[in-house]
Amino acid sequence: MAFVVIQFLNGLASAADLFLVSAGLSIIFGVTRIVNFAHGSFYMLGAYLAFTLVEGVFGPAFGFWPGIVAAAIAVAVLGGLLEVTLLRRIYQAPELFQLLATFGVVLIVQDLVLLVWGPEDRIGPRAPGLEGAVSLLGHQFPRYDLFLIALGPIVLGALFLLFRRTRWGILVRAATQDREMAAALGVNERWLFTSVFVLGAFLAGLGGAVQLPREAVHHTMDLEIIVEAFVVVVIGGLGSVTGAFLASIILAELNAFGIVIFPEVTLVLVFLVMAVVLVIRPTGLLGRPEFAIRAASGVAEPPITPQSEAARNWVFAGVLGLAVLPVVADAYVLSVATEIMIFVLFAISLQFLMGISGMVSFGHAASFGLGAYGAALMIKHAGAPMELAFLAGIGLAALGALVIGWFCVRLSGVYLAMLTLAFAQIAWSVAFQWYGVTGGDNGILGVWPAAWAASPIVFFYLTLAVTTLALVILRRIIFAPFGFGLRACRDSVLRAEAIGIDRRQVQWFGFAVAGAFAGVAGTLYAFLKGSVFPDVLAVPVSVDGLVMVLLGGIQRLNGPIVGALVYKLLQIVLASYTDYWRLVIGVIIIGLVVAFPQGIVGFFGTRLDTLLMQRRNNS
Amino acid sequence: MSKAINGRRTASGTQQTGTLSMLTRRDFLTAGAATLAMTAGGSRWSAAAEPIRIGEINSYSGLPAFTLPYRNGWQLAVEEINAAGGVLGRPLEVISRDDGGKPGDAVTAANELLSREKVALLVGTFFSHVGLAVADFANQKKVLFVAAEPLSDALTWEKGNRYTFRLRPNVSMQAGMLAEEAAKLKAKRWASIAPNYEYGQSAVAAFKRLMAARRPDIEWVAEQWPALGKLDPGPTVQVLAEAKPEAIFNVTFAADLTKFVREGQTRGLFKDREVVSLLTGEPEYLDPLAAEAPIGWIVTGYPWYEIDTPRHQAFLAAYQARFSDYPRLGSVVGYAAMKSVAAIITRAGKVDTELMVEAAKGVTLETPFDEIMYRSLDHQSTLGAYVGRTALRDGKGVMVNWRYADGAAYLPGAAEVAKLRPAR
Repeated sequence: MAFVVIQFLNGLASAADLFLVSAGLSIIFGVTRIVNFAHGSFYMLGAYLAFTLVEGVFGPAFGFWPGIVAAAIAVAVLGGLLEVTLLRRIYQAPELFQLLATFGVVLIVQDLVLLVWGPEDRIGPRAPGLEGAVSLLGHQFPRYDLFLIALGPIVLGALFLLFRRTRWGILVRAATQDREMAAALGVNERWLFTSVFVLGAFLAGLGGAVQLPREAVHHTMDLEIIVEAFVVVVIGGLGSVTGAFLASIILAELNAFGIVIFPEVTLVLVFLVMAVVLVIRPTGLLGRPEFAIRAASGVAEPPITPQSEAARNWVFAGVLGLAVLPVVADAYVLSVATEIMIFVLFAISLQFLMGISGMVSFGHAASFGLGAYGAALMIKHAGAPMELAFLAGIGLAALGALVIGWFCVRLSGVYLAMLTLAFAQIAWSVAFQWYGVTGGDNGILGVWPAAWAASPIVFFYLTLAVTTLALVILRRIIFAPFGFGLRACRDSVLRAEAIGIDRRQVQWFGFAVAGAFAGVAGTLYAFLKGSVFPDVLAVPVSVDGLVMVLLGGIQRLNGPIVGALVYKLLQIVLASYTDYWRLVIGVIIIGLVVAFPQGIVGFFGTRLDTLLMQRRNNS
Repeated sequence: MSKAINGRRTASGTQQTGTLSMLTRRDFLTAGAATLAMTAGGSRWSAAAEPIRIGEINSYSGLPAFTLPYRNGWQLAVEEINAAGGVLGRPLEVISRDDGGKPGDAVTAANELLSREKVALLVGTFFSHVGLAVADFANQKKVLFVAAEPLSDALTWEKGNRYTFRLRPNVSMQAGMLAEEAAKLKAKRWASIAPNYEYGQSAVAAFKRLMAARRPDIEWVAEQWPALGKLDPGPTVQVLAEAKPEAIFNVTFAADLTKFVREGQTRGLFKDREVVSLLTGEPEYLDPLAAEAPIGWIVTGYPWYEIDTPRHQAFLAAYQARFSDYPRLGSVVGYAAMKSVAAIITRAGKVDTELMVEAAKGVTLETPFDEIMYRSLDHQSTLGAYVGRTALRDGKGVMVNWRYADGAAYLPGAAEVAKLRPAR
């Protein structure tokens, strides 16, 4: 019994940190609708700054506690600066576009931390007065954990008072509920957004700083917390601080007791919990039904029309140009071109899901990875030829998408996106742990193309043919009745259902189509690399896809092509020339985001359209 | 060439902190300039002495704490080799790439090095899955690959291939070194904690197997498998303590290790308990713990401050003169990897993959630890590790009462290898 009580307290102590980070994330999302990837970076910066302020190279600049608070304040200031200088410029951009900017910030902070604090882990001092442990029911319980247990409710209480008892808090709640209405009533949105960002960053910085006596301060802290923080926010209900509090306690306690019974559960527990919660309660524990995110952008998207003659000629010229590439390029250039085409296909399939069908996915890697694994498993266990393995990959991806989609179409918005992430993570952990079948994290080797396709030139042409064909088919689907149905469901669920479209069924099939095409890309990727590892199912693949689609312009048919080309090329080329490629890519992404808030193709496309229109009018 | 050798140097300069940093950076720039002059100047080499190009891949951005000292190590080796007249009368030129910790990117890099840079062979990698991906690529493209750091047994056994050789002692060898010491302990009730992926799992499995052979009387009473980087310290330590083990086998490292050690010490988990811990004696992992380093743990590692063999002294002096920093284990691995490459090419007598593969089988060379050999049986080198106990000295963790465990003693014989390594 004593053990149960102590373990419960341990869970509470772990929950505190998760709560601080996710509360900030939830508030920021609630008001600004920004999916803030950089929140983990705030957390990490909080820890590093606290280390420097408390421990400092030149001796402690502050005492321990003032140092912790000063670090959190410094992060809050940084958060405010970020909002004012960057995010403020792009609130009018299409949905989720701000995510791209915060992703750029993540990359930059990762390398800056490395440059400023060096590669080695740093260990901060213990909290003065709270070192050591007290004896509790015959167990040694750290004093500092008692402080953490108290910190959670204290912060929750403070936030509660802030939101209920101050004018600012009332405005924040009003904006969370209906941003347009708040703005219409004369609330100064600009400063409200900035102040909310400052508060969120402060909480994340504080969360990082209070880890000083427990953790090593290290340069992967950002990614270690961010996904989990999102999960907490979603389980709790977007924008609900109390929900975040509840969810962080539930997760921490499930983990604390889960590892007693089933120690291997650590990989997947949070995602299992999220999947279950979302399937039962589509808006999280305390969330309200979401207002349409896209309405918040304030800009009506022009409907997609079949491409103009000019645009189609451009695509055609591109394909033709690629077809003669082997004449001038060496084997390496061909393999890079092949890889980029594969990601173009992946990005197109994601754009079909996000842009056309209106279902944002944070877990598109699931389809990509299932494609790769389907092919690899077929070769490993059945010794099948490449052609058959190729079909198996597509089949597995389509099947996976049908299963995942069946659950996901019952949700909408960010909840749907997070459920896709949950399924992707579950698929990842299956591939990671099922040694007998998938080879675990040692992967499946020897997935090379058949002899006839082994040469880089042939494989290049194969990829080109498959990608072009997929592109054509997807375009046909978009402008077929089914595609119109998808877009109708995206733009207005009520109207679509009123005219007799079975929304769930249409979206479900749309999800499966996107998954199957992502599976094609995954299969090609497996044969290009010759081996498959759980990485193909992991979060970075999903994020790369998002970045490509957003970079190109989410509502543009050719957006993903340009986005994938630019992003993948930058990645591959920069990684060859500098250790600090993340820094460079981050800066470039932010530059592109500010320069082209409609995405690259969105920007040029709009201008091109205007130009063509003028010409037509003149003649 | 200047790009390959000098273009990336800024990274190593940033490791220094405080007042040392200016000095270091200047030294380092001077040294860098010297390299440039030496390697790119060309006057030392006759026109015919075209450099031998070596392709190097590692997770520089993903794991800088380990890979930056590693890079210093191989740079030092390249400079020494070229200063002594190169290999087969030709200088070595290393073209280095970052794989970002992703197997797919490593294959892209390998492809580039091979088809564009026309390298003679590949060397490097840290993570096991990245190593395996490059090994399979090497097998497919028929190019020699000297894996430097990956520890997975599979690399040279279960998934071993003709073109892949490995420098570092694998998981089973290191577990064997620890099991030898652990078997002498009185403890009968054991618990394990390891990161939840292949490395952690195979380390625990190997250690259990080896302990069972030596000590049939012990029992395993608890196990914990935190996800890598996600160890939740309080609950995890509590569960281990609740099982009341007499000894603990630990495989966690880096940030997880720090959390585990700090929480364990606060809660008295290590009090009157033996802890046997893989890799914890390596400066990469022990030094960040500073004054909170655990005391009395049995570990594998690298006590660079105490090894006084002439071969190590020479390496240490050269390394410190060159980088104004002390070597980490990664430095030794990088240094020995590049020396291995030189030895293999020298023995082959010609830059030709098949000749080099044959030459690599049974090649011997000097490393800062000992003379090592790449076994022709399984392509595993006999490089060993240092086994000792941790202690605290001047507010820093160190290894004491250590000994060098020669890798050869922990490798299976021909009959067992035949079972482990499928004929290809």
